[in-house]
Amino acid sequence: MKEDPGYYDYWPYENRPKIVWPNGAKVAFWVAPNIEFYELNPPNNPFRKPWPRPNPSLPGYTSRDWGNRVGHIRQMDLLEKYGIRGSISLSAALCDHHPEIIERCKERDWEFFSHGIYNTRYTYGMTEAQEREMIKDSIETIFKHTGQKCGGYLAPALSHSEYTLDLFAEVGTELFGDEAGFYSCDLFHDDQPTPIHLRSGKRFASIPYSLEMNDTIAYLVQKITPRRYGKELKDNFDRLYEEGKESGTIMCIPTHNYQVTNAHRIKAYEEALEYITGHTDVWVTTGKEIAQYFLDNYYDIALVDIKTKNKKYGNA
Amino acid sequence: MGTLSDDYLNYPERSYGMDHERYKWTMLQNRKEVQWPKGKKIALWINVGLQFFPLNQKGVPFKVPGGMTKPYPDLRHFSLRDYGNRVGIFRLLNAFDHYNITPTFAMNTRLAERLPYLTGKIKERGNEIMCHGYDMDKLHFGGQNEQEETDLVKRSLDKLRALTGQDIAGWISPAKNESENTPDILAAHGISYFCDWVNDDMPYDFKTKNGTLTAMPLSTELEDRFIILNNYHSAEDWADQVDDAFEFLLKESELLGGRILSLNIHPWVLGQPHRIQYLERILDRLSSHHEVWSSSASEIEKAWKMQQ
Repeated sequence: MKEDPGYYDYWPYENRPKIVWPNGAKVAFWVAPNIEFYELNPPNNPFRKPWPRPNPSLPGYTSRDWGNRVGHIRQMDLLEKYGIRGSISLSAALCDHHPEIIERCKERDWEFFSHGIYNTRYTYGMTEAQEREMIKDSIETIFKHTGQKCGGYLAPALSHSEYTLDLFAEVGTELFGDEAGFYSCDLFHDDQPTPIHLRSGKRFASIPYSLEMNDTIAYLVQKITPRRYGKELKDNFDRLYEEGKESGTIMCIPTHNYQVTNAHRIKAYEEALEYITGHTDVWVTTGKEIAQYFLDNYYDIALVDIKTKNKKYGNA
Repeated sequence: MGTLSDDYLNYPERSYGMDHERYKWTMLQNRKEVQWPKGKKIALWINVGLQFFPLNQKGVPFKVPGGMTKPYPDLRHFSLRDYGNRVGIFRLLNAFDHYNITPTFAMNTRLAERLPYLTGKIKERGNEIMCHGYDMDKLHFGGQNEQEETDLVKRSLDKLRALTGQDIAGWISPAKNESENTPDILAAHGISYFCDWVNDDMPYDFKTKNGTLTAMPLSTELEDRFIILNNYHSAEDWADQVDDAFEFLLKESELLGGRILSLNIHPWVLGQPHRIQYLERILDRLSSHHEVWSSSASEIEKAWKMQQ
């Protein structure tokens, strides 16, 4: 075990090279609906229990199922209304279980990125070969069902190994070269994209995905009210928009159809989307487009600046 | 680490539809549109949990939410729950009558046995009673012995039917928890609808070995206990969330047909003096709205079924 994952260098949030998003935008705004499948009878994992009660653990299972049966279309209609294409964090098995959802997302040119196979199968305890196989399965499944070359990864249920990002990048290269496996949503250390060190040396970025704005964290962990959540989304945006004048920032709302589209919560979410997309100089986009834009335009400049800043007061 | 067998990457249920055979995979937006009686858009289902939390809770296989949490004897939680059946319920009943609301009562059979006055009162009102299991500590759970569970269901239903004189067609398991067999056992004992699977906003058909049950959508997320005691929101916040839900469902019903606003509430939560006014606020608004049909769970189920 390591003291630090070693994926990124310290990069102070002052005097960074100025990022300007397309058309002079100050904030790159993206919404990442997690479209997940949780199993009724998942196998046990020695490091994490899939359900808190003996199977069938109905409260957890039925709530997730509700998200696919009821919530998905509500969220889809809402994003469409505000001109937002979702960037889907996808349990790849959902392509097999619920192809109707995949079709609808495809029709709207939404992005699909990998979130493992099921959200009840964790990376913990896997060998490197097993994790590689699981990641490969997910990228191949996404390609087979959507024709998309998967750009990004968010580990299933945020369960990681020391090699997760390396493996994702390598499998992407093996299948599609530089067109797949080039960004991660697994790190929460910044409000701007950052270059990631990988053992392969591949050009790879971390794209801010914001656990703080994640509806499940807000509702299940912080247990805030829907109206408070709507306010926090607006507050988060206001500050990032202000700071985006200096150098372009990223705002992400990660959502779950089983949380944010509940009848008592969707209004607050809609008000925030209306507010954010009502501003000028906001690039409403997808995770993959942000990552690509950063890699093409700012990745090299960032590397130089990181090196310079870390030398300023002497080497560690 | 590397401690998992390769079986961990086998997915035997990875195919079209659900990962079990209990119901069909469909999306709400693709269903047949439903109309409630008199052309109303929103069926209002006020469901009142009348519960008994035993002091000598065993907590097998888990402690029920709302149950005892302290070392025995946990007088604090026992008496706070009991408050609802002595005091809070009468505030609720007055509010229902004042606003002309039709509630449905989900009753633990043990409570009906222990409190003949309350049972008689509910019976006299003529409101529908459904069975909420034997008591809040007699859980239905995965791995439970089938005969033991069958006996528990039979005892709960037989006794509640005898005490109330009602058929008892509806069921909610304590903590909405089930074993693999619960739906089969319920269907074999005269239950026609149940409320444990909170995976939809409308009723749907649920297969059992003994015929089809209707799964009725009783929201947990909008429940008073969940919002006030699990999420620590105020009663006023609960009422705001009900307002927002109502407005959204009303809008959705204009496009996709009738919807159900289900409010699962408890006299030990909303029946407190500082909270009851927020229930009244909600009932005032809903009862005076021209699109609201206040009805019992089984009436809503029937109206839905007739249109399938």
